[in-house]
Amino acid sequence: MSPRFARSLINGLLLGASAVALFPLLWMLSVSLMPPGQASSLPPPLLPAQATFDNYRELFSHAGMGGYLLNSLVVSTLITVLSLVFNLMAGYAFAKLRFAGRERLFQGLIGALVIPAQVAMLPLFLLLKTVGLVNSYAGVIMPAMATVFGIFLVRQYARGIPDELLEAARIDGAGELHIFMRIVLPLLKPIMVTLAIFTFLAAWNDFMWPLIVLTGQDHYTLPIGLASLAREHAQDTELMMAGSVITVLPVLVLFLTLQRYYLEGLLLGSVKG
Amino acid sequence: MNTSRAAWLFLAPALLVLGLFFLLPVIGALGLSLTDYDLYAVADIRNLRFVALGNYWALLQRPLFWSALGNTLYFVVVGVPLSMVASLGAALLLHSPLARCKALFRTALFAPVVTTVVAVAVIWRYLFNTRYGVANELLGHLGIHPVDWLGDPHWAMPTIIAFAVWKNFGYNMIIFLAGLQAIPVDLYEAARMDGASAWRQFRHITLPMLGPTLLMVGILTVSGYFQLFAEPYVMTEGGPLQSTTSVLYLMYDEGFKWWNVGSASAVAFLLFVLMFAVTVVMLKLGQRGDDHDGGAR
Repeated sequence: MSPRFARSLINGLLLGASAVALFPLLWMLSVSLMPPGQASSLPPPLLPAQATFDNYRELFSHAGMGGYLLNSLVVSTLITVLSLVFNLMAGYAFAKLRFAGRERLFQGLIGALVIPAQVAMLPLFLLLKTVGLVNSYAGVIMPAMATVFGIFLVRQYARGIPDELLEAARIDGAGELHIFMRIVLPLLKPIMVTLAIFTFLAAWNDFMWPLIVLTGQDHYTLPIGLASLAREHAQDTELMMAGSVITVLPVLVLFLTLQRYYLEGLLLGSVKG
Repeated sequence: MNTSRAAWLFLAPALLVLGLFFLLPVIGALGLSLTDYDLYAVADIRNLRFVALGNYWALLQRPLFWSALGNTLYFVVVGVPLSMVASLGAALLLHSPLARCKALFRTALFAPVVTTVVAVAVIWRYLFNTRYGVANELLGHLGIHPVDWLGDPHWAMPTIIAFAVWKNFGYNMIIFLAGLQAIPVDLYEAARMDGASAWRQFRHITLPMLGPTLLMVGILTVSGYFQLFAEPYVMTEGGPLQSTTSVLYLMYDEGFKWWNVGSASAVAFLLFVLMFAVTVVMLKLGQRGDDHDGGAR
């Protein structure tokens, strides 16, 4: 095989694969700008005859999309902030603070990863029902306030902090909280960005638990709202595509701007501890 | 100051959340699966009875449970290898020194991973629409009759598998790419000097060096694919003829539609046991493969 041919073959395949990966997303954007009914014609149109924002207007004025968007923003932001605080504290403790049973406790947490989250969902629903948290933001947020993955990620990263730095601060008489806030947190900044974007994307895209715990439209997040619209408006392709754009675009933009941190976290999280 | 006390204070919030919202419910699920907790018990807890393994026994005699299990295994057994091959293929292409614009291609191939399942499932439902979908339009040009992708029990699961592979392959691609980059270049140079073909280099250097990564990715992908739920929920509602009802879909319907909480908890636990067993078997097979390689070297 000549190098010239190999080069065109490899780049051609990459181009083809990228086209397959992106085509559905680009077409979603195109169809979302079509007037109602245009997508249901033959052959399937690639571009709108005349671009219109009517579908978006319809979604926000009549289908409650604005509310879903707001719910998604509130829920995802709160989950990100709260779980970041809790995971940072726990991950740092596992990495740098000595206490009896540390390794065994950590191994236990990692071991718990083999239990699929769905096993907990039925009793969790009953638990939240008895305390009146079904169909509330808190019902979605509270179970996501700490994750084993997040603790693991922070621990891996925090192990790189030199012990001398912490010891020196202790000798100077600094309290543990002070050390954490003033010395440790600034050093953990890169992993904070990584974990934040990871958590936000996961919370934004989460489906099964919000579907279960959010029983009324008022609290629906975007994926739940979109799924319920998709069952009602199965035939309104253009409207559904606009809904998909609203759901996907924020996370796609977030990923594109912070891609480096996201991919770093993906690799850190997949390396065995 | 006592670092041990500080440690427990730092750990407390996270452990409380995990204990209260995960560990406790998991234990609760095991307990519930041994009871007949249903709509009557939801109304009045005094209607609750202990049934020991009754739920499990009843499930094993229900055709729907077996078909849900079969559908899930179909999804795992076909979907995981396809997805791993796609990931590895894309990673090899991106890793090639001949590839151009690597960062751009990598971003494009990874993009589907960060999208929302529900939103892109809606797109695929349209792409595979029997009358107006692009898939049938393209097949039409080849003279093939339209296929009722999501309405035909034979085609619904393959369509969902194609969707899942498209959506997920980028994730493992990134991990494989890092694995490929960690293989020392001089191994390939030595092989080239010996006149080894590209295929032989792949077979005798790339694959063995990637072994541990392949095993880990395989285990994680299998357990991810066992948790099939959102795709059939949006694309087929478990149909047609329950051909895409997965184990988790069954759990959801049993528990949150019919309120057979005891039975649904048993479904969840059976899935867990199955996933655990498959993970252990894969680890054992992987270790044996390692020993084998070690002996050959």
